[in-house]
Order: sequence, then structure tokens, then C-alpha cells
Amino acid sequence: MTDLLKLSGVHTHIGRYHILQGIDLTVPQGQVTMLLGRNGAGKTTTLRTIMGLWQASSGEISLGSERIESRATPDIARLGVGYVPESMAVFSDLTVKENLVLAARDGPLDDSQLDWIFGFFPALRRFWLSRAGSLSGGQKQMLSIARAIIEPRKLLLIDEPTKGLAPAIVMALIECLKEIKRKGATILLVEQNFFAARELGDNVLVMDNGTIVHRGEMAALAADVPLQERLLGLSLEAHQ
Amino acid sequence: MTELAATDPLPKPKRDIAPVLLPVALALLVIPLIGSTSSWLTLTAASLAMGMMIFIMASGLTLVFGLMDVLNFGHGAFIAVGAYVATLVLAPFAASIQADSLWMNLAVLAPAALLSMAVSGALGLVVERVLILPVYGQHLKQILMTTGGLIVAEQTLYALWGPQIIPMPLPTSLRGSFILGDVAIAKYRVLAMLIGLAVFIAIQLVLNRTKLGLLIRAGVENREMVEALGYRIRRLFLGVFMTGSALAGLGGVMWALYREQVHASMSDDLTVLIFIVVIIGGLGSIGGCFIGAILVAMVANYGGFLVPKLALVSNILLMVAVLMWRPRGLYAVTSR
Repeated sequence: MTDLLKLSGVHTHIGRYHILQGIDLTVPQGQVTMLLGRNGAGKTTTLRTIMGLWQASSGEISLGSERIESRATPDIARLGVGYVPESMAVFSDLTVKENLVLAARDGPLDDSQLDWIFGFFPALRRFWLSRAGSLSGGQKQMLSIARAIIEPRKLLLIDEPTKGLAPAIVMALIECLKEIKRKGATILLVEQNFFAARELGDNVLVMDNGTIVHRGEMAALAADVPLQERLLGLSLEAHQ
Repeated sequence: MTELAATDPLPKPKRDIAPVLLPVALALLVIPLIGSTSSWLTLTAASLAMGMMIFIMASGLTLVFGLMDVLNFGHGAFIAVGAYVATLVLAPFAASIQADSLWMNLAVLAPAALLSMAVSGALGLVVERVLILPVYGQHLKQILMTTGGLIVAEQTLYALWGPQIIPMPLPTSLRGSFILGDVAIAKYRVLAMLIGLAVFIAIQLVLNRTKLGLLIRAGVENREMVEALGYRIRRLFLGVFMTGSALAGLGGVMWALYREQVHASMSDDLTVLIFIVVIIGGLGSIGGCFIGAILVAMVANYGGFLVPKLALVSNILLMVAVLMWRPRGLYAVTSR
């Protein structure tokens, strides 16, 4: 399995704070890599640094054969990286349709892709012409993910998609992400929900204090409660 | 919420029409206070014309504010430069301006306005690259830089044209009024209303019917996410800044014709009104800016007629009232 994304010795400073302290990680093509860790471990900063939203102070980031650590965010996005931030960041003043039109960078909306998305998230069809700001938190998350997959992407960076959502919506999101995975997408997923992590993850990276402290298979971590307690402070079951 | 079947029609977006009703309510409210219908109609027409001119000048600023989070205190320079460029263009064509033919007048006036827009837009390019670019995200420095830029622009105009007021007479065919019974509505005010309305419709069409407009509206709300979707927002910033400057130039020409004079500090009083319009409209909202401009002009005209002593503070009171009702403006677009 080739690595689609590779970070080597990446450091990121935000103001005078040294957040990422030499991150080394790889994300294999066609797999879902979970990024776990306590709050403040540097998970969101890692995604934002890959996306170019915060510039790496040193180190190398490669997407396939391309070096991207010095590239601007739009250029990284145009290389095929989709980003779903923790805040969802839907455009509240735009309708659901307009949010997706904007995300479909390469042309008009593809009806078959849209039908596929509506299959998972029927609420988006229902509120097609409603302002995104009027959607519920779960619906906004659906829109945020739909925006990232409205066109094929090489790599999806998704930050805590299930955070604060009702169980039924979490299940719908998991099904959607599973389907995206079955289609061969490569995903780097920050997630605190154990069920989601176990269902979706092929590999796992655990962060602490701005460094990767564990890497391995998700199934192995899910089966090893003492390891979970050592790495995350409590077992993943408790995160459900 | 009840689920819709797959075949059900999709719901239409809800419209927030309360702010739209404000100017209508205000206009109706003052009828008994003014007493005379003809005076009310004249004042209302004057308000709409003044509002349209302020809207043209403020529309660019609200997008610059909303999209780029830039406090441009030098916006008035584009207004004055636009007006001065028009005087330069119109000077050799005095005969055409004085001709009693609408088409001859417009044949000179339209190119003058377009050239003013081009020069103001080009000046906007220089200002964005030289003054704004180094201070993105730093509000205090933006205020210092753009205020400094305004002073430099005004002093340059003084140095080039001198301190005297330059007359800018209305073209002959735009003088006088349309008489409807005992109501007189100045022809130029009708033209100003039409141009303002055309600019508003054009901006709305671009913002709502084109992908460029979607990008601007999205960028006003969340620049970072627009970039994460693969769009280079800096270029968009520059385009919006230049368009805003060009519109200020057009507004400067229209205001100069309205007052029939040009001077270097002509924008000083206008800038206060423009900022009030941008704030009460909601930063980045063209619809809010349009309604805000009409409200400001109505308060200035009705207030000046009914309570002249309150004219100076009437728009500040309007701003306070609107912000108490809607703290982020009539149509809040950004969270700022």
C-alpha cells in the first residue's frame, strides 16, 4: 500500500506557542487513518497545517509526489484535498444548494453524485433552498461533509465530524463515511467517538503534546484496553 | 419537523422583510407631521435620490469591510478623485454640457463617469497593494494607513487644483423639475434614483446569480473556508477593492453634480454618513447597505425639515436605534 500523505519532522508555531513538535506520520492510500489524542494534543493543528491554514515552521509534507508544506491553501485544495473543519464552517448566508455549487469547483453539480449524497443525507434535499444558517447542528455537519465529497477528492481531512451530534445522525455519518471509504477514498479522520473510530479506522495515530506517540492498526488499539488507558487516559469505550 | 416525501417540492427560503419595511414605515409615519403632501413627496424624492448616491458610495466599502475585514478610512479619497477626474473630462466639453439635448449631455457625462470610475478603481489597486496589503488583520494600522492615505490624497488634490471650490454645473437637460400637479421632482434626482437602482440590481445579480457573487458572499462570512475549497481569495479581495473604489468614484461624480461643486475635502461629511450606512446595514450586506442608505437620507431630509436643530445628530440617533434592535446591523452577514 503506497502512502498518499507523508509528514516528516513537521513543526508548527502559533504565535509564541510551539504546537506541533516534530510530527512524523503517513496516511496510506485508500485507507482511513484515525488521529486520536486528548484535547489540546495537536490534532486539529495537524489537519490545519496539512491544509496550509497554518504554515509549518519546518519539516516536510508530501501529497503523493508533491511537496505541499510551502503551498497556499487554495493550491493544496486544488491538488485534491477536501477539508471538513471541526466548526463545520458552512456558509450560513448561502443556501444548501449554493454551498454545494461553490464546493463543486470544476463545474456544475453532478446529479448522480447529488443523488448519492441525498441518499445518506435526505435533509439536504429537503432544505435544498434553505439558508445553511437555519439548519440544525447535525444538518450543518451533513452539509459540511457533502461539500467535501461533492467532487472526487484524493484525500479527505475530517475533524471530529460526530462531535455533539445525536446518535441517529452519528450513525448516518458513519454509514456515509463507510461508503466513501468503500469507494476508495483516503481519509485522515480526527475522532473522539470510539464507535465511529472502531467502525471506520484501518490505522490509528495517537498524539500527545504535539507529537505522535503511537501508530498501528485501529483494530489492535480497540482490542487493547490497557494501551488505550495509557495513551488516551481512559479507555475508548468511555468516549462513546 | 415533519419529513417530506422525495417528490414533495423543496421549500423556498424565508425572507426577512422587516428591515425593508422600515423606510416605508418611516415615510408613512412622517406624513401627518409634515402636513403637506407635496412637501412630503418632494422630501421623499430627495431622500431616495440622496440615498441612492450614498448607497453607490457605500456599497464598495461594505464589501471591503465585510469580505476583507479592512477598515478603510480613506474611502473618501476615491469619491473626491472621481469628482475631480470628471471635472477634467467635462471642462473641454462645456458646449456639450450646456446644449439643450439630453443625448448630447449624456454623451459627455457617461464617458466622464466611466473614466472617473476607471481612475478611482486604478487608485484602489495602488492603495490595496501599497497601503492595505502590509496591514491585513491589523485594524489599528489600517486606520492609520488609510487615514494617512486620505490626507495625502486631499493634499495632492489641493496642490494640483488649488484650495478653491470648482464649479461643476448640471447639464442643461438635467436642470429643472418634473411637475406632477403641485409636486416638483428635480430631474437630476430622478436620474440619480435610476442609476442607484441600476447599480443595486447589478450588484444583486452578480452576488446572487453568479459563482463570483457566491464566492464574495461566502468570503464575507468565512474567508478561510473559501480558500480551503480551492479559491484564491486574495485576488477576489483585490477585485472587490477596485470595484468598491470605482463605485466610490461614480458616487463622487454624482454627488458633485448634485451639489454642482467639487473640492478636495468634499468627502469629509459624506464619510460619516457612509460609515453609518455600512454599520446599520450590517457589514458586508448589500441589501442592508441599500436600506441603510435610504434610511439615513430619509432621516437627514425629514429630520432637517421637521427638527432642523436635530439634523446633526439625527443619523447618530438612527444608528443607535437600529443597533439596539439588531446589534449586528439590519442584515447581519459576518459575525464581526
